[in-house]
Amino acid sequence: MAIRVFLLLLLFLSSAIVSFSLYEDQVGLMDWHQRYIGKVKHAVFHTQKTGRKRVIVSTEENVVASLDLRLGEIFWRHVLGTKDAIDGVDIALGKYVITLSSEGSTLRAWNLPDGQMVWETSLHNAQQSKSLLSVPINLKVDKDYPILVFGGGYLHAVSAVDGEVLWKKDFTAEGFEVQRVLQPPGSSIIYVLGFVNSAEAVVYQIDSKTGEVASQKSMEFPGGFSGGISSVSNDKVVVLDSTRSILVTISFLDGGISFQKTRISDLVEDSGNAEILLPLLTNMLAVKVNKRTIFVRVGGEGKLEVVDSLSDETAMSDSLPVADDQEAFASVHHEGSKIHLMVKLVNDLDTVLLKESIQMDQHRGRVSKVFVNNYIRTDRSNGFRALIVMEDHSLLLLQQGAIVWRREEGLASVTDVTTAELPVEKDGVSVAEVEHTLVDWLKGHVLKLKGSLLLASPEDVVAIQDMRLKSSGRSKLTRDHNGFRKLIIALTRAGKLFALHTGDGRIVWSVLLNSPSKSEACERPSGISLYQWQVPHHHAMDENPSVLVVGRCGVDSSAPGVLSFVDVYTGKEISSSDIGHSVVQVMPLPFTDATEQRLHLIADTNGHVHLYPKTSEALSIFQREFENVYWYTVEADDGIIRGHAMKSSCSGETADEYCFTTRELWTVVFPSESEKIISTLTRKPNEVVHTQAKVNSDQDLLYKYVSKNLLFVATVSPKGAGEIGSVTPEESALVVYLIDTITGRILHRLSHQGCQGPVHAVFSENWVVYHYFNLRAHKYEVTVVEIYDQSRAENKNVWKLVLGKHNLTAPISSYSRPEVFTKSQSYFFAQSVKTIAVTSTAKGITSKQLLIGTIGDQILALDKRFVDPRRTLNPSQAEKEEGIIPLTDSLPIIPQSYITHSHKVEGLRGIITAPAKLESTTHVFAYGVDLFYTRLAPSKTYDSLTDDFSYALLLITIVALVAAIYITWVLSEKKELSEKWR
Amino acid sequence: MAPILRSTSLLAFLSLFFFASILPISSGSDDSYTITGRVRIPASTAIGHAAKFSNIKVVLNGGQSTTFLRPDGYFTFHKVPAGTHLIEVYALGYFFSPVRVDVSARHRGKVQATLTETRRSLTELVLEPLRAEQYYEMREPFNVMSIVKSPMGLMMGFMLIVMFVMPKMMENMDPEEMNRAREDMPSLSSLLPASR
Repeated sequence: MAIRVFLLLLLFLSSAIVSFSLYEDQVGLMDWHQRYIGKVKHAVFHTQKTGRKRVIVSTEENVVASLDLRLGEIFWRHVLGTKDAIDGVDIALGKYVITLSSEGSTLRAWNLPDGQMVWETSLHNAQQSKSLLSVPINLKVDKDYPILVFGGGYLHAVSAVDGEVLWKKDFTAEGFEVQRVLQPPGSSIIYVLGFVNSAEAVVYQIDSKTGEVASQKSMEFPGGFSGGISSVSNDKVVVLDSTRSILVTISFLDGGISFQKTRISDLVEDSGNAEILLPLLTNMLAVKVNKRTIFVRVGGEGKLEVVDSLSDETAMSDSLPVADDQEAFASVHHEGSKIHLMVKLVNDLDTVLLKESIQMDQHRGRVSKVFVNNYIRTDRSNGFRALIVMEDHSLLLLQQGAIVWRREEGLASVTDVTTAELPVEKDGVSVAEVEHTLVDWLKGHVLKLKGSLLLASPEDVVAIQDMRLKSSGRSKLTRDHNGFRKLIIALTRAGKLFALHTGDGRIVWSVLLNSPSKSEACERPSGISLYQWQVPHHHAMDENPSVLVVGRCGVDSSAPGVLSFVDVYTGKEISSSDIGHSVVQVMPLPFTDATEQRLHLIADTNGHVHLYPKTSEALSIFQREFENVYWYTVEADDGIIRGHAMKSSCSGETADEYCFTTRELWTVVFPSESEKIISTLTRKPNEVVHTQAKVNSDQDLLYKYVSKNLLFVATVSPKGAGEIGSVTPEESALVVYLIDTITGRILHRLSHQGCQGPVHAVFSENWVVYHYFNLRAHKYEVTVVEIYDQSRAENKNVWKLVLGKHNLTAPISSYSRPEVFTKSQSYFFAQSVKTIAVTSTAKGITSKQLLIGTIGDQILALDKRFVDPRRTLNPSQAEKEEGIIPLTDSLPIIPQSYITHSHKVEGLRGIITAPAKLESTTHVFAYGVDLFYTRLAPSKTYDSLTDDFSYALLLITIVALVAAIYITWVLSEKKELSEKWR
Repeated sequence: MAPILRSTSLLAFLSLFFFASILPISSGSDDSYTITGRVRIPASTAIGHAAKFSNIKVVLNGGQSTTFLRPDGYFTFHKVPAGTHLIEVYALGYFFSPVRVDVSARHRGKVQATLTETRRSLTELVLEPLRAEQYYEMREPFNVMSIVKSPMGLMMGFMLIVMFVMPKMMENMDPEEMNRAREDMPSLSSLLPASR
């Protein structure tokens, strides 16, 4: 108790300092930042003889980036808006990167060396259609061939120099879908081939200078076309008919259009539904039939013949010209733990230019994309480098039979994060290397002292920085006393699980989750969410902790679920199982079994819940608490929130004793014409609250209403559910509710007229803070609602306490009707917000900070005291002493309190906080396209000395004191002696 | 030809603080308009200024669409419906006020802009940072006071006072009082063991 009081005292002392702040030389001591780009969709090589060799990529995270081909580092990158998906990327004029995005409606040019945007053109877009970017190749700088873009029913010709639209052709009336644009080199005529209603092939010959149609030919195809198209040469394309069993060669040049049909059954024996693969090969096409890839050569008269066939697990690149008018392409296939890269000539598949076998990590899955590039070796032969994208989204460059570099791009699409402890340090494991000798130790501290007194020379500063970065074994793989070293377990969209070390951000292990049943339908389950399955600390110390990954076989919510258990220490998948029912909601229960496995309930689409782990012990624990398990569902589209309780075992329908039926307890129905649910939120289940009481400055007592069963719901008028700027203030209102999820009672309702979403909220202890847009002021606002327990309020009378007439010992029941009152206050906030989180510490004593992820992809730490409903314009002296800040109409944005300092977490999606063992400190991990980690001490590190603490100064002081004592002693002796002589 | 012009205009733009003003242009058809504006950052001597410039994002309505700056600082939002919108500029190292932009349907897309932080209305859509942001604390330069103020310094100071001031005080003391004090002392010290 005394320690707590002392800590509290310290807290009050330290609370005088408000903002998080960092000195520039402290960067990288506690934090790390990793930059990613995401899964690569397109890649264009730029390898001139001179200058830097780079590859331009566009990714599924809407990133366009230029990578160093030697090291894989990012030269520059741009993260486009979330609705600005990139359709195509290419290099024009040898100096601009051209990107087509937003379904073919935005064309941008970026300067190749530095990534500065040069021009941007918005293209007219009338209807939804596929989009196509065609940049003329072999461009001489003096000749200005236009860039051709098809999208939204229009064909545009855009000048590559300044982005000016030279001409546009409207195809919307005919319903014409452009499939291919061919620009024969040296000719001003371009050929545009497309289909009308998938049944008529039309070829336009258009003058590339003026956009005038020189000729138009069309021809009806009775069967109709389907899907893919492969252009094999300048005058021929091959398509599939609608039955997917006939290949149609369309020749169109000069005379007219001619069709030539070839049955696939004539080409291969056992034919099924065929699919044309995307690679562009000259005079050849690749067709996937019956899990095999066949290569079909297109002869001079449109005759087709099979030249080769490969197993299904083959990825192919487009063909690229090599010397002597020949073209080559690369293919990659798996064999055991190796991948085989082959580069062959298109005209002669027996000529293998390159054959390499490379050992590949099993946990990268299969190769999903290959991009190939050639270079001339010193002996004038062709060398090839291949950029491959793996199933786990990682990007690797292969050259000369080795992996030159790799990028773990899976980490750009993190979907769920949890934290885990590292193993305890055992005997025999070497302890951190302490500084070798006392002299070295002292030297180090003298250096630090110099640094903190700003007396250090630049060389000293470098030495100090080195020393700090290497110090204290921060990247060791064992648990430390303060709990600073932890593992961050991240689940990615590709279904891969990564464990990152908090010390330096390196990947400790990674595992690609496998499907338990090797069936066709569920080759690779998609991960949904991540839970701490087993966290041994008391009983089962010998067990390794493990996490539960809930996945799904397919995108539909009714698809069967997959559970997978992964050992945190080793990164091995312990087991995985098909659970045979769908997964709608996963609820960790507050009970654990003897081995400290947490009980989980999984609700399926039929209204049943299933208990995990499926052991009799878990069942008996659950049966004991059967009456006390409640859960709720939110049907946002219908505006209904339902509360459920357990009913009985569903043994009547199935023999599964771990399956239970539920009954509906309550429903809250929002009027659909005036309110639409846009956000719901509960408290984190593992949050720790230190004290329920809050002492006011006037010795008054407030009791926080800390219930785990509170649900925050925000609704807006249906009109206001859209973007800002689509409604007037009169049309939109925002209403927030606090609902008890056991009884369905609405505890509080607050309405904001003239406001709209999006609402970003955070719920902690007894307060909710939410961010929304105020249309009247045309500013963002932040509101705090604090909820207090009225029924305990009368306990503040001392006499009642003395006479024992208080109800403090009365048990708290979730069923009781609480008398609550709320306090709230609103402030302006000057930025859009992507996400809000709150710091969490081990005991909940340390004051809280809000972590606001802004749209500028930075994270701002805002002290909770700024969002305190007790703030007034003129706080009294007592209130000031308590730390109440005078009320201002807007929340301050202090640049020093950006915890990301000069970094950006591009594409920020979420912030996770986890407590360290040291009460003052919390781990913060932010993910988006980038990853960022830091350790925060919201009230400064009041319970430990900082890294900056100068032991040397302490030593020097002590030495000086001892010396002073000795000198004074000698002096006084002398004086005494002389006095005695006198 | 044109790219060369562009790069020179960038230089000119960075060096010139005063620049010919161009009214916000808005054009378009059938209820969708174009907002064009410019971001102007005061020329600075900081290294990497141009690199910073290429990383500036302009965001419409809290993420509805995002665009980038051209070398001359101009940005454009296409296909914006009439109504009241919000434009925010994000640049590392600077703080920009969000801008309320009213696109009028009646006046064929006439644009009115107001800074929401300072409530200042803009005659032209030229956005300048309200302030530069410094993300790091500055180390205070070495001075004697900081040492004196530190706990160690206070300890030393107290020692010095005890060493030099106390003897002087003792000298000034009345000898009788000294004796009385000495008599009091043992009583105090005799109390201490008793309390143990």
